[in-house]
Amino acid sequence: MKLQQLSLFLENRPGRLGAPLEAIAAEGINILTLSLADTAQFGILRLIVREWDKAKRVLEEAGWVVNLTEVVAVDLLDRPGGLAQALKILEGANLNIEYMYAFSLRRGDKAILIFRFEDPDRAIQVLLDKGLHVVDGDELMSFVS
Amino acid sequence: MLTELWNDAEGGFHPASAPDFLPGSALREVQLRRLRAVVARAYKNVALFRSRMEERGLTPESIQSLADIQHLPFTVKTDLRDTYPFGLFASPMSDVVRLHASSGTTGKPIVVAYTREDVEVWSEVMARTLASCGLHRGDILQNAFGYGLFTGGLGAHYGGETLGATVIPISGGNTDRQIMIIRDFNVSALCCTPSYFTHMIERARELGVDLRELPLRIGIFGAEPWTDGMRRHIEAEAGIKAYDIYGLSEIIGPGVASECSAQEGLHLFEDHFYPEIIDPETGEALPDGEEGELVLTTLSKKAMPMIRYRTRDITSLITEPCACGRTLRRMRRIGRRSDDMFIIRGVNVFPSQVEAALLAVEGTLPHYRIILTRDQGLDRMAVEVEVTPEVFSDKIKALEDVRTRLAQAIEHILGIRVELRLVEPRSLARSEGKAKRVIDRRNEGK
Repeated sequence: MKLQQLSLFLENRPGRLGAPLEAIAAEGINILTLSLADTAQFGILRLIVREWDKAKRVLEEAGWVVNLTEVVAVDLLDRPGGLAQALKILEGANLNIEYMYAFSLRRGDKAILIFRFEDPDRAIQVLLDKGLHVVDGDELMSFVS
Repeated sequence: MLTELWNDAEGGFHPASAPDFLPGSALREVQLRRLRAVVARAYKNVALFRSRMEERGLTPESIQSLADIQHLPFTVKTDLRDTYPFGLFASPMSDVVRLHASSGTTGKPIVVAYTREDVEVWSEVMARTLASCGLHRGDILQNAFGYGLFTGGLGAHYGGETLGATVIPISGGNTDRQIMIIRDFNVSALCCTPSYFTHMIERARELGVDLRELPLRIGIFGAEPWTDGMRRHIEAEAGIKAYDIYGLSEIIGPGVASECSAQEGLHLFEDHFYPEIIDPETGEALPDGEEGELVLTTLSKKAMPMIRYRTRDITSLITEPCACGRTLRRMRRIGRRSDDMFIIRGVNVFPSQVEAALLAVEGTLPHYRIILTRDQGLDRMAVEVEVTPEVFSDKIKALEDVRTRLAQAIEHILGIRVELRLVEPRSLARSEGKAKRVIDRRNEGK
Protein backbone atom coordinates (compact mmCIF):
# COMPACT_ATOMS: atom_id res chain seq x y z
CA MET A 1 0.00 0.00 0.00
CA LYS A 2 2.96 2.32 0.44
CA LEU A 3 4.51 4.39 -2.32
CA GLN A 4 8.19 5.12 -2.84
CA GLN A 5 8.98 8.80 -2.89
CA LEU A 6 12.32 10.21 -4.07
CA SER A 7 13.73 13.31 -2.36
CA LEU A 8 16.54 15.49 -3.64
CA PHE A 9 18.54 18.25 -2.05
CA LEU A 10 18.59 21.51 -4.02
CA GLU A 11 20.19 24.85 -3.35
CA ASN A 12 17.65 27.64 -3.40
CA ARG A 13 18.92 29.58 -6.39
CA PRO A 14 17.74 30.07 -9.95
CA GLY A 15 17.98 27.12 -12.31
CA ARG A 16 18.54 24.42 -9.71
CA LEU A 17 15.19 22.69 -10.21
CA GLY A 18 15.64 22.12 -13.94
CA ALA A 19 18.70 19.88 -13.89
CA PRO A 20 17.33 16.82 -12.03
CA LEU A 21 14.02 17.01 -13.92
CA GLU A 22 15.88 17.02 -17.21
CA ALA A 23 18.01 14.09 -16.09
CA ILE A 24 14.99 11.85 -15.50
CA ALA A 25 13.11 13.19 -18.52
CA ALA A 26 16.05 12.12 -20.68
CA GLU A 27 15.43 8.56 -19.48
CA GLY A 28 11.75 8.80 -20.41
CA ILE A 29 10.58 8.75 -16.82
CA ASN A 30 7.30 10.56 -16.24
CA ILE A 31 6.67 12.41 -13.00
CA LEU A 32 3.29 11.59 -11.47
CA THR A 33 3.50 14.39 -8.96
CA LEU A 34 6.02 16.46 -7.08
CA SER A 35 6.30 18.81 -4.18
CA LEU A 36 8.94 21.38 -3.41
CA ALA A 37 9.69 22.39 0.16
CA ASP A 38 12.03 25.26 0.60
CA THR A 39 13.83 27.53 3.03
CA ALA A 40 15.69 30.71 2.15
CA GLN A 41 18.84 28.73 1.60
CA PHE A 42 17.91 25.29 0.30
CA GLY A 43 15.00 23.19 -0.88
CA ILE A 44 13.88 19.58 -1.01
CA LEU A 45 12.32 18.26 -4.20
CA ARG A 46 10.02 15.28 -3.60
CA LEU A 47 9.01 13.16 -6.56
CA ILE A 48 6.58 10.35 -7.19
CA VAL A 49 7.53 8.59 -10.40
CA ARG A 50 6.55 5.32 -11.95
CA GLU A 51 10.02 3.80 -12.21
CA TRP A 52 11.39 5.07 -8.95
CA ASP A 53 14.35 2.66 -8.80
CA LYS A 54 15.51 3.64 -12.27
CA ALA A 55 14.98 7.34 -11.52
CA LYS A 56 16.95 6.99 -8.30
CA ARG A 57 19.84 5.36 -10.11
CA VAL A 58 19.84 7.99 -12.87
CA LEU A 59 19.84 10.83 -10.38
CA GLU A 60 22.52 9.31 -8.20
CA GLU A 61 24.74 8.70 -11.18
CA ALA A 62 24.31 12.36 -12.06
CA GLY A 63 25.61 13.22 -8.60
CA TRP A 64 22.47 13.97 -6.61
CA VAL A 65 21.93 12.77 -3.10
CA VAL A 66 18.63 10.90 -3.29
CA ASN A 67 16.61 9.78 -0.35
CA LEU A 68 13.93 7.10 -0.59
CA THR A 69 10.88 7.48 1.66
CA GLU A 70 7.70 5.49 1.98
CA VAL A 71 4.59 7.64 1.71
CA VAL A 72 0.88 6.92 1.66
CA ALA A 73 -1.60 8.07 -1.01
CA VAL A 74 -5.12 8.60 0.21
CA ASP A 75 -8.21 9.11 -1.90
CA LEU A 76 -10.48 11.78 -0.41
CA LEU A 77 -13.83 13.27 -1.33
CA ASP A 78 -13.13 16.44 -3.29
CA ARG A 79 -15.57 18.68 -1.44
CA PRO A 80 -15.46 21.06 1.52
CA GLY A 81 -14.51 19.19 4.65
CA GLY A 82 -13.11 16.17 2.82
CA LEU A 83 -9.57 16.71 4.04
CA ALA A 84 -10.65 17.94 7.45
CA GLN A 85 -12.48 14.70 8.03
CA ALA A 86 -9.41 12.63 7.16
CA LEU A 87 -7.20 14.75 9.38
CA LYS A 88 -9.61 14.30 12.25
CA ILE A 89 -9.27 10.55 11.93
CA LEU A 90 -5.48 10.75 11.92
CA GLU A 91 -5.46 13.13 14.85
CA GLY A 92 -7.80 10.86 16.78
CA ALA A 93 -5.35 8.00 16.32
CA ASN A 94 -2.42 10.16 17.38
CA LEU A 95 -0.73 9.77 14.00
CA ASN A 96 1.91 12.35 13.30
CA ILE A 97 2.02 13.82 9.78
CA GLU A 98 5.53 14.91 8.81
CA TYR A 99 4.21 16.67 5.71
CA MET A 100 1.60 16.23 2.97
CA TYR A 101 0.88 17.47 -0.51
CA ALA A 102 -1.84 17.06 -3.12
CA PHE A 103 -1.58 14.74 -6.06
CA SER A 104 -1.79 16.57 -9.35
CA LEU A 105 -4.66 14.56 -10.72
CA ARG A 106 -8.18 13.94 -9.63
CA ARG A 107 -10.43 11.00 -10.14
CA GLY A 108 -14.07 11.93 -10.53
CA ASP A 109 -15.16 13.49 -7.28
CA LYS A 110 -12.04 12.33 -5.46
CA ALA A 111 -8.74 14.13 -4.79
CA ILE A 112 -5.58 12.25 -3.94
CA LEU A 113 -3.26 13.46 -1.22
CA ILE A 114 0.24 12.22 -0.41
CA PHE A 115 1.07 11.90 3.28
CA ARG A 116 4.45 11.43 4.92
CA PHE A 117 3.80 9.73 8.29
CA GLU A 118 6.16 8.88 11.06
CA ASP A 119 4.52 5.45 11.13
CA PRO A 120 3.06 4.71 7.68
CA ASP A 121 1.96 1.13 8.46
CA ARG A 122 -0.18 2.10 11.41
CA ALA A 123 -1.55 5.08 9.44
CA ILE A 124 -2.71 2.78 6.64
CA GLN A 125 -4.40 0.49 9.15
CA VAL A 126 -6.23 3.39 10.78
CA LEU A 127 -7.33 4.86 7.44
CA LEU A 128 -8.61 1.51 6.19
CA ASP A 129 -10.41 0.83 9.45
CA LYS A 130 -12.23 4.15 9.05
CA GLY A 131 -13.27 3.27 5.54
CA LEU A 132 -10.96 5.62 3.66
CA HIS A 133 -9.43 4.53 0.39
CA VAL A 134 -5.67 4.13 0.36
CA VAL A 135 -4.36 4.16 -3.20
CA ASP A 136 -1.55 1.73 -3.87
CA GLY A 137 1.15 2.03 -6.49
CA ASP A 138 -0.46 -0.11 -9.20
CA GLU A 139 -3.78 1.67 -8.89
CA LEU A 140 -2.05 5.05 -9.01
CA MET A 141 -0.18 4.09 -12.15
CA SER A 142 -3.42 2.95 -13.79
CA PHE A 143 -4.80 6.50 -13.59
CA VAL A 144 -2.04 7.99 -15.61
CA SER A 145 -1.41 5.40 -18.24
CA MET B 1 78.33 59.51 16.66
CA LEU B 2 75.17 57.55 16.29
CA THR B 3 73.54 59.40 19.16
CA GLU B 4 73.83 62.63 17.18
CA LEU B 5 71.01 61.21 15.12
CA TRP B 6 68.79 61.09 18.21
CA ASN B 7 65.37 62.51 17.52
CA ASP B 8 66.09 62.92 13.85
CA ALA B 9 62.85 64.24 12.46
CA GLU B 10 63.62 62.69 9.08
CA GLY B 11 63.33 59.07 9.96
CA GLY B 12 64.03 58.67 13.59
CA PHE B 13 67.17 57.08 14.82
CA HIS B 14 67.11 55.80 18.36
CA PRO B 15 70.16 54.42 20.20
CA ALA B 16 68.29 51.15 20.47
CA SER B 17 68.45 50.98 16.67
CA ALA B 18 72.25 50.69 16.63
CA PRO B 19 72.21 46.92 15.91
CA ASP B 20 70.19 47.63 12.78
CA PHE B 21 73.35 49.09 11.28
CA LEU B 22 75.97 46.60 12.52
CA PRO B 23 78.41 45.41 9.87
CA GLY B 24 77.44 41.91 8.74
CA SER B 25 80.49 40.21 10.24
CA ALA B 26 79.86 41.72 13.68
CA LEU B 27 76.23 40.68 13.46
CA ARG B 28 77.19 37.06 12.69
CA GLU B 29 79.49 37.02 15.73
CA VAL B 30 76.67 38.23 17.97
CA GLN B 31 74.33 35.66 16.47
CA LEU B 32 76.70 32.72 17.00
CA ARG B 33 77.47 33.69 20.59
CA ARG B 34 73.79 34.07 21.40
CA LEU B 35 72.79 30.91 19.53
CA ARG B 36 75.20 28.81 21.57
CA ALA B 37 73.93 30.36 24.79
CA VAL B 38 70.27 29.83 24.00
CA VAL B 39 70.79 26.23 22.88
CA ALA B 40 72.67 25.52 26.10
CA ARG B 41 69.90 27.15 28.10
CA ALA B 42 67.10 25.22 26.38
CA TYR B 43 69.05 21.96 26.63
CA LYS B 44 69.53 22.44 30.34
CA ASN B 45 66.00 23.57 31.23
CA VAL B 46 63.50 22.26 28.66
CA ALA B 47 62.94 18.49 28.80
CA LEU B 48 61.32 18.25 25.35
CA PHE B 49 64.22 20.02 23.68
CA ARG B 50 66.86 18.05 25.57
CA SER B 51 65.33 14.69 24.66
CA ARG B 52 65.12 15.67 20.98
CA MET B 53 68.79 16.71 21.08
CA GLU B 54 69.75 13.43 22.71
CA GLU B 55 67.81 11.44 20.10
CA ARG B 56 70.05 13.04 17.50
CA GLY B 57 73.21 12.55 19.53
CA LEU B 58 73.63 16.30 19.90
CA THR B 59 74.86 18.40 22.79
CA PRO B 60 75.14 22.20 23.01
CA GLU B 61 78.82 21.75 22.03
CA SER B 62 77.65 20.50 18.63
CA ILE B 63 76.97 24.12 17.68
CA GLN B 64 80.26 25.46 16.42
CA SER B 65 79.02 27.67 13.59
CA LEU B 66 75.75 29.30 12.53
CA ALA B 67 75.39 26.65 9.83
CA ASP B 68 75.23 23.98 12.57
CA ILE B 69 71.74 25.26 13.42
CA GLN B 70 70.49 23.00 10.61
CA HIS B 71 71.20 19.94 12.76
CA LEU B 72 68.85 21.10 15.50
CA PRO B 73 65.31 19.74 15.77
CA PHE B 74 62.36 21.90 14.74
CA THR B 75 59.78 23.18 17.19
CA VAL B 76 56.18 23.29 15.97
CA LYS B 77 52.98 24.86 17.22
CA THR B 78 51.62 21.55 18.50
CA ASP B 79 54.65 21.31 20.82
CA LEU B 80 53.24 24.33 22.67
CA ARG B 81 49.84 22.70 22.84
CA ASP B 82 51.22 19.34 23.96
CA THR B 83 53.16 20.96 26.78
CA TYR B 84 50.31 23.32 27.75
CA PRO B 85 50.53 25.45 29.76
CA PHE B 86 54.10 25.81 31.05
CA GLY B 87 56.03 22.84 29.64
CA LEU B 88 58.44 24.79 27.44
CA PHE B 89 59.46 27.33 30.07
CA ALA B 90 63.19 27.57 30.69
CA SER B 91 62.86 29.86 33.71
CA PRO B 92 61.29 29.24 37.10
CA MET B 93 57.98 31.06 37.54
CA SER B 94 59.67 33.34 40.07
CA ASP B 95 61.66 34.83 37.18
CA VAL B 96 58.65 35.14 34.87
CA VAL B 97 57.09 38.60 34.99
CA ARG B 98 54.50 38.25 32.23
CA LEU B 99 52.32 35.64 30.51
CA HIS B 100 50.48 36.09 27.23
CA ALA B 101 48.33 33.58 25.37
CA SER B 102 46.92 33.11 21.90
CA SER B 103 44.59 30.61 20.32
CA GLY B 104 45.95 27.20 19.37
CA THR B 105 44.91 24.53 16.90
CA THR B 106 42.36 22.81 19.09
CA GLY B 107 40.77 25.68 20.91
CA LYS B 108 43.23 25.50 23.79
CA PRO B 109 45.41 28.58 23.93
CA ILE B 110 49.18 28.51 23.75
CA VAL B 111 50.96 30.28 26.57
CA VAL B 112 54.11 32.38 26.25
CA ALA B 113 56.30 33.73 29.06
CA TYR B 114 58.68 36.64 29.56
CA THR B 115 61.33 37.37 32.16
CA ARG B 116 62.13 40.99 32.96
CA GLU B 117 65.02 40.77 30.50
CA ASP B 118 62.69 39.37 27.82
CA VAL B 119 60.34 42.34 28.29
CA GLU B 120 63.34 44.65 27.87
CA VAL B 121 64.36 42.93 24.64
CA TRP B 122 60.77 43.07 23.42
CA SER B 123 60.56 46.79 24.23
CA GLU B 124 63.83 47.32 22.37
CA VAL B 125 62.81 45.49 19.20
CA MET B 126 59.45 47.27 19.19
CA ALA B 127 61.21 50.62 19.64
CA ARG B 128 63.41 49.67 16.67
CA THR B 129 60.27 48.69 14.75
CA LEU B 130 58.65 52.06 15.36
CA ALA B 131 61.86 53.95 14.58
CA SER B 132 62.17 51.96 11.38
CA CYS B 133 58.65 53.14 10.44
CA GLY B 134 59.78 56.75 10.97
CA LEU B 135 58.58 57.44 14.51
CA HIS B 136 60.66 59.36 16.97
CA ARG B 137 60.47 61.02 20.33
CA GLY B 138 57.68 63.57 20.27
CA ASP B 139 55.36 61.47 18.12
CA ILE B 140 51.90 60.83 19.52
CA LEU B 141 51.17 57.15 18.99
CA GLN B 142 47.60 55.91 19.17
CA ASN B 143 47.88 52.22 19.97
CA ALA B 144 44.71 50.53 18.71
CA PHE B 145 46.10 47.00 18.96
CA GLY B 146 44.13 45.03 21.53
CA TYR B 147 45.49 45.09 25.08
CA GLY B 148 45.26 41.89 27.07
CA LEU B 149 46.39 38.34 26.43
CA PHE B 150 47.09 39.27 22.79
CA THR B 151 50.71 40.44 22.48
CA GLY B 152 49.96 43.30 20.05
CA GLY B 153 48.74 45.92 22.52
CA LEU B 154 51.37 45.69 25.23
CA GLY B 155 54.19 45.02 22.72
CA ALA B 156 53.52 48.26 20.84
CA HIS B 157 52.90 50.09 24.12
CA TYR B 158 56.29 49.25 25.64
CA GLY B 159 58.04 49.89 22.33
CA GLY B 160 56.46 53.32 22.01
CA GLU B 161 57.44 54.32 25.54
CA THR B 162 61.00 53.01 25.04
CA LEU B 163 61.29 55.09 21.89
CA GLY B 164 60.12 58.15 23.81
CA ALA B 165 56.87 58.58 21.92
CA THR B 166 53.66 59.58 23.71
CA VAL B 167 51.52 56.46 23.80
CA ILE B 168 47.72 56.56 23.89
CA PRO B 169 46.65 53.10 25.10
CA ILE B 170 43.22 53.17 23.50
CA SER B 171 43.18 49.46 22.52
CA GLY B 172 40.81 48.21 19.78
CA GLY B 173 37.17 49.06 19.22
CA ASN B 174 34.91 52.10 19.72
CA THR B 175 35.70 53.53 16.31
CA ASP B 176 34.00 56.89 16.84
CA ARG B 177 36.14 57.53 19.90
CA GLN B 178 39.27 56.44 17.97
CA ILE B 179 38.52 59.07 15.33
CA MET B 180 37.74 61.76 17.89
CA ILE B 181 41.08 61.15 19.62
CA ILE B 182 43.07 61.07 16.36
CA ARG B 183 41.65 64.52 15.66
CA ASP B 184 41.62 66.09 19.13
CA PHE B 185 45.01 64.79 20.38
CA ASN B 186 46.94 65.62 17.19
CA VAL B 187 47.86 61.97 16.81
CA SER B 188 50.80 61.57 14.41
CA ALA B 189 51.09 57.75 14.30
CA LEU B 190 48.65 54.93 14.76
CA CYS B 191 48.99 51.16 15.00
CA CYS B 192 46.33 48.48 14.57
CA THR B 193 45.37 45.74 12.13
CA PRO B 194 45.10 46.97 8.53
CA SER B 195 41.49 45.78 8.27
CA TYR B 196 40.50 47.77 11.33
CA PHE B 197 42.13 50.87 9.92
CA THR B 198 40.20 50.57 6.64
CA HIS B 199 37.09 50.51 8.78
CA MET B 200 38.29 53.67 10.56
CA ILE B 201 38.75 55.35 7.17
CA GLU B 202 35.16 54.52 6.20
CA ARG B 203 33.76 55.67 9.52
CA ALA B 204 35.79 58.89 9.48
CA ARG B 205 34.29 59.71 6.10
CA GLU B 206 30.77 59.10 7.45
CA LEU B 207 31.53 61.43 10.36
CA GLY B 208 32.80 64.10 8.00
CA VAL B 209 36.39 63.84 9.26
CA ASP B 210 39.05 64.04 6.54
CA LEU B 211 42.03 62.09 7.85
CA ARG B 212 44.24 63.59 5.15
CA GLU B 213 43.91 67.02 6.75
CA LEU B 214 44.99 65.83 10.21
CA PRO B 215 48.60 65.56 11.51
CA LEU B 216 48.44 61.75 11.27
CA ARG B 217 51.36 60.72 9.04
CA ILE B 218 52.30 57.12 9.89
CA GLY B 219 50.32 53.90 10.16
CA ILE B 220 51.93 50.75 11.56
CA PHE B 221 49.96 47.69 10.59
CA GLY B 222 50.36 44.04 11.44
CA ALA B 223 48.84 40.89 12.92
CA GLU B 224 47.28 39.82 9.61
CA PRO B 225 48.35 39.60 5.97
CA TRP B 226 47.42 42.51 3.74
CA THR B 227 48.07 43.37 0.14
CA ASP B 228 49.92 46.17 -1.64
CA GLY B 229 46.55 47.20 -3.07
CA MET B 230 45.26 47.70 0.43
CA ARG B 231 48.36 49.73 1.27
CA ARG B 232 47.76 52.07 -1.66
CA HIS B 233 44.14 52.47 -0.61
CA ILE B 234 45.10 53.28 2.99
CA GLU B 235 47.87 55.69 2.01
CA ALA B 236 45.67 57.57 -0.44
CA GLU B 237 42.55 57.72 1.71
CA ALA B 238 44.26 58.62 5.00
CA GLY B 239 47.18 60.67 3.66
CA ILE B 240 49.75 58.60 5.57
CA LYS B 241 52.62 56.20 4.98
CA ALA B 242 51.52 52.67 5.83
CA TYR B 243 54.11 50.18 7.10
CA ASP B 244 53.93 46.43 7.55
CA ILE B 245 55.32 44.86 10.71
CA TYR B 246 55.64 41.19 11.59
CA GLY B 247 55.72 39.12 14.71
CA LEU B 248 54.17 36.16 16.45
CA SER B 249 53.50 35.37 20.07
CA GLU B 250 55.53 32.17 20.05
CA ILE B 251 58.67 34.17 19.20
CA ILE B 252 57.99 37.37 21.17
CA GLY B 253 54.91 39.11 19.75
CA PRO B 254 55.21 42.08 17.38
CA GLY B 255 58.81 43.20 16.90
CA VAL B 256 60.27 40.31 14.89
CA ALA B 257 60.54 42.28 11.65
CA SER B 258 59.55 45.67 10.29
CA GLU B 259 59.48 47.64 7.10
CA CYS B 260 61.56 50.79 6.77
CA SER B 261 61.21 53.96 4.72
CA ALA B 262 62.01 51.95 1.57
CA GLN B 263 58.87 49.77 2.01
CA GLU B 264 60.58 46.93 0.18
CA GLY B 265 60.58 44.00 2.55
CA LEU B 266 60.72 43.74 6.33
CA HIS B 267 64.05 43.92 8.18
CA LEU B 268 64.36 41.00 10.58
CA PHE B 269 65.78 41.92 13.95
CA GLU B 270 68.16 39.06 13.47
CA ASP B 271 70.43 39.90 16.39
CA HIS B 272 67.55 38.47 18.46
CA PHE B 273 65.68 36.25 16.00
CA TYR B 274 67.68 34.05 13.66
CA PRO B 275 65.83 33.40 10.38
CA GLU B 276 66.02 30.40 8.08
CA ILE B 277 63.95 29.51 5.05
CA ILE B 278 63.12 25.84 4.59
CA ASP B 279 61.22 23.69 2.16
CA PRO B 280 57.95 23.11 4.07
CA GLU B 281 57.64 19.60 2.64
CA THR B 282 61.14 18.26 3.28
CA GLY B 283 62.38 20.55 6.06
CA GLU B 284 65.59 21.17 4.07
CA ALA B 285 67.17 24.62 4.31
CA LEU B 286 66.78 26.70 1.15
CA PRO B 287 69.34 29.17 -0.19
CA ASP B 288 68.83 32.91 0.31
CA GLY B 289 66.29 34.33 -2.09
CA GLU B 290 64.25 31.17 -2.47
CA GLU B 291 60.70 31.07 -1.24
CA GLY B 292 59.83 28.73 1.59
CA GLU B 293 58.68 28.53 5.18
CA LEU B 294 60.17 30.97 7.65
CA VAL B 295 61.82 29.28 10.64
CA LEU B 296 62.89 31.42 13.60
CA THR B 297 65.19 30.82 16.55
CA THR B 298 65.03 33.21 19.49
CA LEU B 299 68.66 34.09 20.21
CA SER B 300 68.14 35.91 23.49
CA LYS B 301 64.83 34.69 24.95
CA LYS B 302 65.16 33.56 28.55
CA ALA B 303 61.75 32.40 29.77
CA MET B 304 60.74 30.52 26.65
CA PRO B 305 63.46 29.97 24.07
CA MET B 306 62.21 28.76 20.71
CA ILE B 307 64.65 26.72 18.69
CA ARG B 308 63.94 26.51 14.96
CA TYR B 309 60.27 27.36 15.35
CA ARG B 310 58.27 26.68 12.20
CA THR B 311 56.12 29.78 11.62
CA ARG B 312 54.14 28.30 8.68
CA ASP B 313 54.53 31.69 7.01
CA ILE B 314 55.82 31.55 3.45
CA THR B 315 58.37 34.18 2.42
CA SER B 316 61.92 34.59 1.12
CA LEU B 317 64.98 36.43 2.42
CA ILE B 318 66.46 39.46 0.67
CA THR B 319 70.19 39.79 1.25
CA GLU B 320 70.86 42.80 -0.98
CA PRO B 321 71.65 46.06 0.86
CA CYS B 322 68.63 48.22 1.63
CA ALA B 323 68.29 51.87 0.66
CA CYS B 324 67.68 52.76 4.32
CA GLY B 325 71.18 51.62 5.31
CA ARG B 326 70.12 48.88 7.69
CA THR B 327 72.33 45.81 7.39
CA LEU B 328 69.67 43.46 8.71
CA ARG B 329 68.39 41.01 6.15
CA ARG B 330 64.87 41.55 4.91
CA MET B 331 62.04 39.15 4.28
CA ARG B 332 59.34 39.66 1.70
CA ARG B 333 55.86 40.49 2.96
CA ILE B 334 53.91 37.42 4.00
CA GLY B 335 51.30 36.62 1.40
CA ARG B 336 50.35 33.13 2.44
CA ARG B 337 51.02 30.36 4.89
CA SER B 338 52.07 26.77 4.41
CA ASP B 339 48.95 25.65 6.21
CA ASP B 340 45.59 27.28 5.64
CA MET B 341 45.52 29.15 8.91
CA PHE B 342 43.77 32.48 8.71
CA ILE B 343 42.99 35.19 11.20
CA ILE B 344 39.49 36.50 11.58
CA ARG B 345 38.62 39.18 14.14
CA GLY B 346 41.92 38.50 15.88
CA VAL B 347 41.24 34.78 16.22
CA ASN B 348 43.61 32.29 14.60
CA VAL B 349 41.58 29.69 12.75
CA PHE B 350 42.81 26.46 11.22
CA PRO B 351 40.63 24.56 8.74
CA SER B 352 41.42 21.50 10.86
CA GLN B 353 39.32 23.05 13.64
CA VAL B 354 36.38 23.38 11.27
CA GLU B 355 36.97 19.81 10.09
CA ALA B 356 36.90 18.53 13.66
CA ALA B 357 33.51 20.17 14.18
CA LEU B 358 32.06 18.81 10.94
CA LEU B 359 33.38 15.36 11.72
CA ALA B 360 31.87 15.41 15.20
CA VAL B 361 28.40 16.17 13.84
CA GLU B 362 28.37 14.12 10.65
CA GLY B 363 30.57 11.17 11.52
CA THR B 364 32.34 11.51 8.16
CA LEU B 365 34.08 14.55 6.73
CA PRO B 366 31.99 16.19 4.03
CA HIS B 367 33.43 18.40 1.32
CA TYR B 368 33.44 21.94 2.59
CA ARG B 369 35.03 25.30 2.10
CA ILE B 370 35.42 28.42 4.15
CA ILE B 371 34.61 31.78 2.64
CA LEU B 372 35.85 34.96 4.24
CA THR B 373 34.33 38.29 3.31
CA ARG B 374 34.47 41.79 4.66
CA ASP B 375 31.41 43.92 5.08
CA GLN B 376 31.90 47.50 6.30
CA GLY B 377 35.19 46.63 7.95
CA LEU B 378 33.76 43.58 9.70
CA ASP B 379 35.10 40.18 8.76
CA ARG B 380 32.54 37.45 8.17
CA MET B 381 33.04 33.74 7.88
CA ALA B 382 30.78 31.36 6.00
CA VAL B 383 31.20 27.60 5.77
CA GLU B 384 29.72 25.77 2.79
CA VAL B 385 29.11 22.09 3.39
CA GLU B 386 28.06 19.61 0.74
CA VAL B 387 25.05 17.53 1.69
CA THR B 388 25.92 13.85 2.09
CA PRO B 389 23.58 10.85 2.00
CA GLU B 390 24.28 10.42 5.73
CA VAL B 391 22.64 13.68 6.69
CA PHE B 392 20.17 14.19 3.88
CA SER B 393 16.54 13.86 4.81
CA ASP B 394 13.26 14.48 3.03
CA LYS B 395 12.22 16.66 5.97
CA ILE B 396 13.08 20.36 6.12
CA LYS B 397 13.25 20.33 9.89
CA ALA B 398 15.84 17.55 9.92
CA LEU B 399 18.06 19.46 7.49
CA GLU B 400 17.67 22.69 9.44
CA ASP B 401 18.69 20.75 12.54
CA VAL B 402 21.82 19.52 10.79
CA ARG B 403 22.63 23.04 9.69
CA THR B 404 22.19 24.40 13.20
CA ARG B 405 24.22 21.62 14.78
CA LEU B 406 27.08 22.14 12.31
CA ALA B 407 27.09 25.90 12.90
CA GLN B 408 26.99 25.48 16.66
CA ALA B 409 29.80 22.93 16.66
CA ILE B 410 32.03 25.31 14.68
CA GLU B 411 31.07 28.32 16.78
CA HIS B 412 31.74 26.36 19.93
CA ILE B 413 35.31 25.55 18.85
CA LEU B 414 36.18 28.93 17.32
CA GLY B 415 34.16 31.28 19.50
CA ILE B 416 33.04 33.31 16.49
CA ARG B 417 29.79 33.36 14.58
CA VAL B 418 29.67 31.54 11.26
CA GLU B 419 27.08 31.38 8.55
CA LEU B 420 26.59 27.76 7.58
CA ARG B 421 25.28 26.95 4.12
CA LEU B 422 24.30 23.51 2.91
CA VAL B 423 25.20 23.11 -0.75
CA GLU B 424 24.52 20.46 -3.37
CA PRO B 425 26.76 17.43 -3.64
CA ARG B 426 29.70 17.86 -6.03
CA SER B 427 29.08 21.60 -6.23
CA LEU B 428 32.36 22.59 -4.56
CA ALA B 429 35.42 22.58 -6.79
CA ARG B 430 37.73 19.60 -6.40
CA SER B 431 41.41 20.24 -6.79
CA GLU B 432 44.13 17.94 -8.02
CA GLY B 433 46.47 18.50 -5.13
CA LYS B 434 45.81 20.03 -1.77
CA ALA B 435 42.20 21.11 -1.47
CA LYS B 436 41.71 24.82 -1.38
CA ARG B 437 39.61 25.05 1.75
CA VAL B 438 39.76 28.76 2.35
CA ILE B 439 38.53 31.43 -0.06
CA ASP B 440 39.58 34.79 1.29
CA ARG B 441 37.68 37.61 -0.39
CA ARG B 442 38.37 40.16 2.31
CA ASN B 443 40.81 42.23 0.31
CA GLU B 444 39.00 42.08 -3.01
CA GLY B 445 38.13 45.38 -4.59
CA LYS B 446 40.61 47.22 -2.40
